[in-house]
Amino acid sequence: MNSNHDHYPEGDSFRRSLSGRYRTASIWQALFFSALVIALLSLVALLYNVADGAFGYVAYEYKHDPAEFTAKPLDDLNQEELLALLKANLSSGAYDKLNNEQPMEKRSKSVLYTLVLERLIQIETLQIWSMTDSIFRSAGVKAEVAENYPEAKLEFRSWLTPVFLTTPMSSKAEFAGVRTAILGTLWMVGIAILTALPIGTGAAIYLQEYASKNFLNRIIQTNINNLAGVPSIVYGMLGLAIFVRALEPFTSGSMFGVTDSNGRTILSAGLTMGILVLPLIIINAQEAIKAVPDSLRQAAFGVGATRWQTTWHHVLPNALPGILTGSILAVSRAIGETAPLIIVGASTFISLDPEGPFSKFTALPIQIYQWTTRAQSEFHAIAASAIIVLLILLLTLNATAVLLRNRVQRKY
Amino acid sequence: MENQHFRPLDLKKKMRLGETVIQTLLFIAGFLSIFITLAIVYELGKEAWLFFGNPDVTFAKFFGTTRWQPGIGQFGIWPLVTSTLITSFIAICVSLPLGLAAALFLSEYASPKARSTLKPILEVLAGIPTVVYGYFALLFMTPLLQGIFGEDVEVYNMLSAGLVMGIMILPLIASMSEDALSAVPRMLREGAYAMGATKYETSLQVVLPAALSGIGAALIIGISRAVGETMIVAIAAGSGPNFTFNPFKAAETMTGHIARISGGDLSYNSIDYTSLFAIAFMLFLVTLVLNLISEAIINKFRQRYE
Repeated sequence: MNSNHDHYPEGDSFRRSLSGRYRTASIWQALFFSALVIALLSLVALLYNVADGAFGYVAYEYKHDPAEFTAKPLDDLNQEELLALLKANLSSGAYDKLNNEQPMEKRSKSVLYTLVLERLIQIETLQIWSMTDSIFRSAGVKAEVAENYPEAKLEFRSWLTPVFLTTPMSSKAEFAGVRTAILGTLWMVGIAILTALPIGTGAAIYLQEYASKNFLNRIIQTNINNLAGVPSIVYGMLGLAIFVRALEPFTSGSMFGVTDSNGRTILSAGLTMGILVLPLIIINAQEAIKAVPDSLRQAAFGVGATRWQTTWHHVLPNALPGILTGSILAVSRAIGETAPLIIVGASTFISLDPEGPFSKFTALPIQIYQWTTRAQSEFHAIAASAIIVLLILLLTLNATAVLLRNRVQRKY
Repeated sequence: MENQHFRPLDLKKKMRLGETVIQTLLFIAGFLSIFITLAIVYELGKEAWLFFGNPDVTFAKFFGTTRWQPGIGQFGIWPLVTSTLITSFIAICVSLPLGLAAALFLSEYASPKARSTLKPILEVLAGIPTVVYGYFALLFMTPLLQGIFGEDVEVYNMLSAGLVMGIMILPLIASMSEDALSAVPRMLREGAYAMGATKYETSLQVVLPAALSGIGAALIIGISRAVGETMIVAIAAGSGPNFTFNPFKAAETMTGHIARISGGDLSYNSIDYTSLFAIAFMLFLVTLVLNLISEAIINKFRQRYE
C-alpha cells in the first residue's frame, strides 16, 4: 500500500466505482443517441406538419347555385359545353380579357371547369381544418360546420391535385396553381446551370490539372472556399446591383428589342443563381477530377499526349459522372434557394407563363414564401402543397445523384 | 563536325496555339471566382459608401440610437443587430450540443451499419430548403411554443425562428464535428482503452479535446450560417425592426430586413436602397471573417496530425 491508495481504489471499492463508471457511460451513450432521435423527430414533425396542411376538411359555399347556369350536373359537362357556359354568362369584357391571356378554345376541360367555379359559381371557402383534425376529430368538425355554416358543404380535400400543378397563379387560394412557378424555376435553373457548369468545370480543370502551387492559385482556391460560405442573400444583392441594375439593357432584353420589361427577369435570376452555385460546382468537380487515378495521366503523358489531350481524352471522361453528380446537387441547391430570388425578382403576382429569358418570373420557393406569409389558412394549405411539390422534385434529383455516385464508386 | 547536316531531334516544347487558347480560357474560368469576390466588395461597398456618406448618417446615430427607419431618418442599427444575434444565439444553443452529441455517437459509438442508417437523417435535414423550415417555424414551432408558454409568445417571434434555425444548422455542425472526431488518430483511443478507460471516458476526455479545434471551426461556420440565414427569420421572426431582448417578441433581423424591403418597390439611389447594401456589406464582412477564421483553424489542425 502506498500513498496513492486514496486515488486508485482496489478490490470491492474498485468494482463499485467501475460499475458506476459504466453506468455513467451508458447514460451518456443514450444522451448522444438522443441527439439523433431529436433530429429524426424534427424531420418527422416537419414532414407531418406539411402533410397536415396540404390535406383536410374544407367547408365551402356556392355563391350561385350551379342550377342557375345549367341543368346538367357540372361534372358531366364536356369542354365545349363549359366554353359555351362561360361565353353565355361572363361579361364580354371579362371573356375577352381571358381570351387574350390564352385562347379559350385551346384551354383544357379542367382549366375551363376551374374557371366556371371561380367566375360563375364563385366558391367561397369558409374554414379549413388540418389533416389531424379531419381524421381524429371528424365528428367534431362536422358538428361545427352544421352549427356555424348550415348552408356550407364539407369535403375532405387534397390541396395537391393535378390541377394544382397545371393551373397558373390566382389571387384566390382555391384556384391558384404552381404551373407558372414550376416553369419559372425550370427556366431559372436551366440558365444557372448552363452558365455555371462550363465555367465551374473549367475552373476545376485549371486548379487540378494546370495550376502550379503559386501564390495566385492558392488565393483562387481559398477564395472559392470562401465564396461557398457567403450567405445567399449577399449574392442576391450582387445580382440586384449588377444584373438587374447595371446590366439592365442586357438582362431586360431591351438590347435585343424587348421593350416591356425591366431588369428583374428570369435571365437576371438565372445568372445570379449561376454565380451562387459556381463555387459548389467547382469544389465538386475538383473532387471528381482528384479521384481520377494518376496512373491514367502518367500513361497518357508517357505516349506523348499534351496536357490538354490528357485532360480531354482521359481525365474528363473518367471524372464526368462525378462532375454530373456535383451539378445535380448544385441544381437542387438552386431550386431551393429563395432569398436571392426575392431580391432579384421581387415580383408578387405573375400569372402568365414565362416566354423566354426576358420574362418576369416567379418560382416555387417564392410562391411558398408568399403563401406562407399570408394570414388566411387556405393559403397555408397551398403553400404546403407547393412544398410537397418542391420536396418531391428535390428528392428525385438527389436520388439520381446518389445512384450516379454509387455507379462511380463501383468503377474504381 | 561532319554530322552537322543532320537536324538534331527537337525536344523543345512546341508552341501549340489551340492549347494556349484553351489554357487561357481555363485560367479565366478559375480567375472568375476572384472577380466575383471583387464584384461583391465593389458593388456592395460602393452603395454602402453612398449610405455612410449621407450627411444624415452619423457614426453616433448609427451606433448610438436604437431605431432603424432609414426612410424617415432613423439610422440606429442596433434593433437589426440584436435580433440577428439573439436568433443566432438560440440556433447555436440548439445545434451545438445536439450536433456534437450526434457526431460523437456517429463517430465513436455507431457500428458502420448503424451509421449508414442514421446518417441519411442528417443528410435529408441538410437538404431541405430553408423556406420550408420557415413554414415549419411559423406553422408548427410557433403554435407549439404558444401552447407551452401561453399568450406571451407573439405570432412572429425570435425564439421559434432561432430554434428551427438550430435544427437547420444541426447537420452542418454534426458533419463537420464528425470529420474532426474521426481525424483523431486511433492510437489515442487505443491508449485510453489500454489504461482501462470506458468508451465514454475515451470519447469525452481523450478524443473530444483532441478534436476541439475542428469542433471550434464547425461552431464558427455554424454561427456564420446562422447570421446569414434569411428565409426562416424572414417568415417567422417578424417584420419590422424592434429593439428587444425578449425572444418571445417579434423582431426583424438584418437578413430578414433586406428580404422584406427589397421584396417591395425599391427605387434606386434612395436611402432605403443604399441602406440595404450597407447591411449586406456588413453581413458579407462578418461571414467572411468567420469563414476565414474557421478555415485557418482547420488548416492548423490538419498540420498537427498529418
